[in-house]
Amino acid sequence: MSNQILLTLISGIIISGLAGYLGTLMLSKRMSIVAGPLAHLSFPGVALAIIFGFSISYGVFPFVILGAIFIWLLKEKTKLPMQNLAAITFAIGVGTSLLFLPIDKAEEALVGSLAKITFSETILILVLSTFVFFIIRRLYQRMMLINVSEDLARTEGINVKMFNLYYLLSIAVTISMGVYLVGGLITAALVAIPSATAKNVSKDLRSYKIFASLFGIISAIVGISVAHIFCLPIGPLVIISNAVLFFISIIFMKKIV
Amino acid sequence: MKKVLDVKNLSVSLGGEKVIDDLSFSVSKGEILTIVGPNGAGKSVLLKTLLGFFPFEGKIVWHQKLKVGYLPQGLNQLSLKNLPLTVCDFFTLKNPVPDQKEIIKYLKLVGLTKDFLFKTASNLSGGQFQRMLVAWVLISHPQLIFFDEPTTSIDIGGGETIYSLLDTIWKKEEVTIILVTHDLSIVYKHSTNVLCLTYKRHFCYGVPREILNSEVLKQVFGKEIKIYEHK
Repeated sequence: MSNQILLTLISGIIISGLAGYLGTLMLSKRMSIVAGPLAHLSFPGVALAIIFGFSISYGVFPFVILGAIFIWLLKEKTKLPMQNLAAITFAIGVGTSLLFLPIDKAEEALVGSLAKITFSETILILVLSTFVFFIIRRLYQRMMLINVSEDLARTEGINVKMFNLYYLLSIAVTISMGVYLVGGLITAALVAIPSATAKNVSKDLRSYKIFASLFGIISAIVGISVAHIFCLPIGPLVIISNAVLFFISIIFMKKIV
Repeated sequence: MKKVLDVKNLSVSLGGEKVIDDLSFSVSKGEILTIVGPNGAGKSVLLKTLLGFFPFEGKIVWHQKLKVGYLPQGLNQLSLKNLPLTVCDFFTLKNPVPDQKEIIKYLKLVGLTKDFLFKTASNLSGGQFQRMLVAWVLISHPQLIFFDEPTTSIDIGGGETIYSLLDTIWKKEEVTIILVTHDLSIVYKHSTNVLCLTYKRHFCYGVPREILNSEVLKQVFGKEIKIYEHK
């Protein structure tokens, strides 16, 4: 196995596993759909990176994270649903970037560039993912309570406003990394599908979390391997692997008691 | 009795409309204050304002720091529909997490058996879910409990179970309870004080037997109300 495919596999597994885990919170808050617009927010960053000739990752992270903060501020101000605000932010981001994004050079941003990932980028992904994982793990139970009822959460002494910010930032960082793996167009699938698959086969919270991360990891391994063997793009194959797992899970879905 | 709460000239506006206007009352330790009134009179808003969720004018003075429990109105299984949460998982969302023995003890208190521990919360019936919520609130031993129509969707016998349970806990643990209900018989049977809210302004406040007569109720609810008092 060459070093390149090893780096690709390691980063793919980490990103996809983390996205699956985070997805379990997003599915419960009906936030899965927010991941899409957030990922698309990377486009202005990509456009700038291409025009000024710096690494696309330097363009992606700031834009997605600023987008998340922007959504949070709008949410506090307007009290509109998160999906709605994400759609608005997304439209602003993509709309403006379409004005000057050289589409013919933007393929990497659209379908991912994991096959070309460097050693230092892999280390960056490893560090960021570990950091985000521990943050989500720390916030998980309280975020879940906020998802169930903000009023209950407040009575338990949870600062809902700040938690929403940490949550959005975790999503932003994960999504930015997801843009590497599968590209900006289909990143949402990384958080949406594994958690949906896991929900189909889990009956408690623990198995839900474990299965979602596991399905994320499996789809990354299968997708990257198949892409490598047949010289195909990674992004679409990771998503297809996810979709296959999802359809298998429907067969095994437990009947509602 | 020691006062825990004083509310003076409280006004709350939501979306430019005054929901509560110039309301004053107080709550003493160990009291059960029942809030009654028609839909839209501001009962739930009052609870949420006391909990600090809404801005207000006037004064809300807490004389001591109390551990608060709150059961919001209309929290139903829909919010859990997308989650594979068991009843046990739901209790682990509390901080600190109660141990399993304790959870079973409180489930039994509200009339649910041990078998419910690993059932999916969103698959419980409406009444069972509500009982679980009551247990969820009680398990942290709150000193002050806000209940917003705790017996919604619980069957008649079940509602009685919940209220008797509240009564038992109230006698045993010296809790203070602020309760919103539509069930007037509960007001007579269990509460020490009653606060009636009408649309936009408070109407009466005092001991139920002294102030709640059919004339007053007619003014609160806008129509003739017959009371079947529990003896």
